[in-house]
Amino acid sequence: MSYIAKPKITHPGLNKNELGLTTRDYEGAVSTLCAGCGHDSVTAAIIQAVFELNVEPHMLAKMSGIGCSSKTPAYFASQSHGFNSVHGRMPSVTTGANAANRDLTYIGVSGDGDSLSIGVGQFVHAIRRNLNMCYIIENNGVYGLTKGQFSASADIGSLPKKGLPNQQEPIDPVSTALSLGATYIARSFSGDKEQLVPLIKGALLHSGFSLVDVISPCVTFNDHEGSTKSYAHTREFYNHVINVDYIHPSEEIKAAYAEGEAMPIHLRGGDTIVLRKLSREYDPTSRASSFKYLRDRFNAGEITTGLLYVNEEREEMHELMGNVDTPLAHLPYEELSPGKEELHKLQSRYR
Amino acid sequence: MASVNDVVIKIATVNGTGSASANSLLRKSIFRMGVPVVGKNYFPSNIQGLPTWYEIRVTGDGYHSRSNRVDVMVAMNAQTYEHDMADVKPGGWLIYDSTWPRNRQLNRDDITVIGIPLSKMCNEHFDGARARILMKNIAYVGAVAALLDIDLDIITTLLEETFAAKKHLVQSNMEAIRLGYDYAREHFACPLPMRVEKMDATAGHIIIDGNTAAGLGCVYAGATVGAWYPITPSTSLMDAFRTFCSQYRVDPETGKRTYCIIQAEDELAAIGMVLGANWNGARSFTPTSGPGISLMSEFIGLAYYAEIPAVIFNVQRTGPSTGMPTRTQQCDLLSCAYASHGDTKHVLLFPADPGECFYMAPQAFDLSERLQTPVMVLSDLDIGMNDWMIPELEWDENYVPDRGKVYSAEELEKMDNFYRYLDVDGDGIPYRTLPGVHPKGAYFTRGSGHTKLGAYTENSDDYQEVIDRLLVKWETARGMVPEAEIRYSKMNKAALLTLGSGDGACREALDRLAKQNVGLNYCRVKAFPFTDAVRDFIDKHEVVYVVEQNRDAQLRTLLINDIDADQNKLVSLLHYNGMPINSGFVVDKVLDEIAKGRAA
Ligand SMILES: Cc1ncc(C[n+]2csc(CCOP(=O)(O)OP(=O)(O)O)c2C)c(N)n1
Ligand code: SF4
Ligand SMILES: [Mg+2]
Repeated sequence: MSYIAKPKITHPGLNKNELGLTTRDYEGAVSTLCAGCGHDSVTAAIIQAVFELNVEPHMLAKMSGIGCSSKTPAYFASQSHGFNSVHGRMPSVTTGANAANRDLTYIGVSGDGDSLSIGVGQFVHAIRRNLNMCYIIENNGVYGLTKGQFSASADIGSLPKKGLPNQQEPIDPVSTALSLGATYIARSFSGDKEQLVPLIKGALLHSGFSLVDVISPCVTFNDHEGSTKSYAHTREFYNHVINVDYIHPSEEIKAAYAEGEAMPIHLRGGDTIVLRKLSREYDPTSRASSFKYLRDRFNAGEITTGLLYVNEEREEMHELMGNVDTPLAHLPYEELSPGKEELHKLQSRYR
Repeated sequence: MASVNDVVIKIATVNGTGSASANSLLRKSIFRMGVPVVGKNYFPSNIQGLPTWYEIRVTGDGYHSRSNRVDVMVAMNAQTYEHDMADVKPGGWLIYDSTWPRNRQLNRDDITVIGIPLSKMCNEHFDGARARILMKNIAYVGAVAALLDIDLDIITTLLEETFAAKKHLVQSNMEAIRLGYDYAREHFACPLPMRVEKMDATAGHIIIDGNTAAGLGCVYAGATVGAWYPITPSTSLMDAFRTFCSQYRVDPETGKRTYCIIQAEDELAAIGMVLGANWNGARSFTPTSGPGISLMSEFIGLAYYAEIPAVIFNVQRTGPSTGMPTRTQQCDLLSCAYASHGDTKHVLLFPADPGECFYMAPQAFDLSERLQTPVMVLSDLDIGMNDWMIPELEWDENYVPDRGKVYSAEELEKMDNFYRYLDVDGDGIPYRTLPGVHPKGAYFTRGSGHTKLGAYTENSDDYQEVIDRLLVKWETARGMVPEAEIRYSKMNKAALLTLGSGDGACREALDRLAKQNVGLNYCRVKAFPFTDAVRDFIDKHEVVYVVEQNRDAQLRTLLINDIDADQNKLVSLLHYNGMPINSGFVVDKVLDEIAKGRAA
């Protein structure tokens, strides 16, 4: 019952992007998530990002697994194909979809349970393949949809609404992705749209696997005192190290940033993003130093956010395999069949 | 025991000693003499060191199944010598390496034992431990050639073809063959009364295994995305696909590939990839075996309900659980037919030999895309990994893949609204759209309850409408799947009914029973759901012997479930010890039933 088509009213005052579309054109069905759920803010940030990037709706594919978070693709880009698959298996479906058509932009939305509990296997292997996709985890430390059990991202000592605190080590998607060689790794907070939108834009433009881990509080089951994934806790321990700006190809890069603070990154696709460092110590192009920094800040109880690692050198899945540029799904049959003559010829080896 | 072109040779060796090439040389040389052969490999789930057997049935009559007897045993493995000797049919022969004294305790008066000092001769003739072991295996080919009267010139030609690039190997191999050949001729009366003689029954035929044929079929079907997780006995299917793709699917100028093979992290991922690729318009498949099907089940249910094409090859092996991974069975009929929770049922195809593995590959893709549902091709280890003689594969140059009901950008442009699950044509098959084509084609693919318009629902009527429409599609599928092979005569009141690799044994059994004046009709089903012809066939008989290779009579259960077949008529003949079924089993069981008073 959650699929309610929104009446399309054009507001004359709404801004249009280069395709002549407004943000309304990138909206989806009305959300059925709890009022105040962090996931809805992520949805809004995604809408803003694809609008600003002038993404053609039919060239976007929205992928997800199962969970409150995995429902969000229904709530944006109604003119794009969506695939709500099974719990924890969005990465494999996206891998196959991407194998068939490398021309589409893939945005996967998952939860911490979906990606780090049941689906941790598929999550890590998609990273290893450097699958070209933007992978968003709406991370709330619990299984929202099954009413609040701890997920694998719950921190040690985090309190549930009822019962004993979590005792197990959390799986941190950011450091996991870092150790597996993901090529674009960001963390953000559903409550910080200003930071989140450019991070998603960079993730969509990046060629290869981009992870955006978004702390996205579950107001119903994990927003109480003692929870380390609540709005209040996240705000208090928020450490924002790097901002990112997307530079439209038509804008020339202004050398207005002071040295050491700004860092232009040329994406393989031809776009440019500029990193603005809020912390001088941080080097987001070094895996080793990112790792150490993240670990140290984590031990200090902080939640480090921003674009935490980027590598524009490594090739994505199709490049690594040496596949043709044309999407495989578009190849005409004549190019795929060796033909009658050849079948006859090749069988001499079976006589 | 004199005979021409009717002899079974079994070679007992140790896994990993290179006997495979010697055995295939022997099999090929008989085939090149124009004599039909069947080659079966009985191997352990092991890489090196355990016993392995290769069985060559020389069958001038052109039968396809294994024969449950051994006329000539080549006992090269001391470890299994006792067992191998016991296997020989009375009046038969046993060849062994007489370099080492054999256990005199183990003897039989009713067979002829032929000792040939293979190791001794090879040790004297060749240098190096590895070469000596390999050559010893080649040398028994020479001995068997002399004893059975196999043409040495043909063997030479085959070696020349195999080692076209390494001429010196032709010579050394021929030397080894001559050692065995000459020794046998000097010391024994050659040929034996059971021998091979040139005939002209293999022209226009090839020898191939089912996995190679299926992999080739996928190339011809235009498949571009293959995802898999290795599992015996399906691994060689993807290996074959890869080999053919590297030959036919690489752009000569750019070196870029028009195929994508992904070795998934497990079968859950493999089938997820297949769904993603098919959803996006590529022809995509996965080969697997029983344990893989178990893991894939959740996704197969999603594909059924969300109506996504997918082609799965299940090369069945002996279950349950890990079972006997290198033995054959037809034990996944039920788990495939009803894979996944909820009300689901799936289209299955049952190839009977490698030829059908090839032809059923494009057929599976066509059906899957036409019906927008998973299609599983149920082969088995016997078909997939053994050497079958089949007519040369043919390709229809006019073949056009059936991509099913997919709206184009132009069609979408003209429409007011597109609804994913509407039964526009009344055949239960809706229209689909591909991502990247047109914004009007957008819809949300989901495994949760949905209406015919594609919207999420928890409304009972809307839910039921879609799930009922899938039954309409099921009946459409019934009219589309390949027709059963039926042999019918009004004279007969009883019949054999089988599927897949049961075909060879059943057809041979029919001949043998006919010679004993037992006339039976025959039906080999090629697909699930069962066609109307299968229903009629069962109706017309008093007794139908259902021959299948599993313990629980799974085919019989499907017949009762799907077409309401009268269970009192269906008598099960079940062969499930892991060895390929043979005609003797069928003949004996049918005669038993007749003796018990059952109609013939
Ligand atoms: C195979 C399977 N097991 C269990 C479930 C039940 N289930 C649905 S969502 C979910 C957890 C979702 O947690 P998360 O991914 O963190 O999403 P959230 O709801 O917190 O956004 C579970 C356990 C399921 N759908 N499928
Ligand atoms: S239960 Fe939690 S995660 Fe789910 S919608 Fe409500 S607030 Fe969001
Ligand atoms: Mg969660």
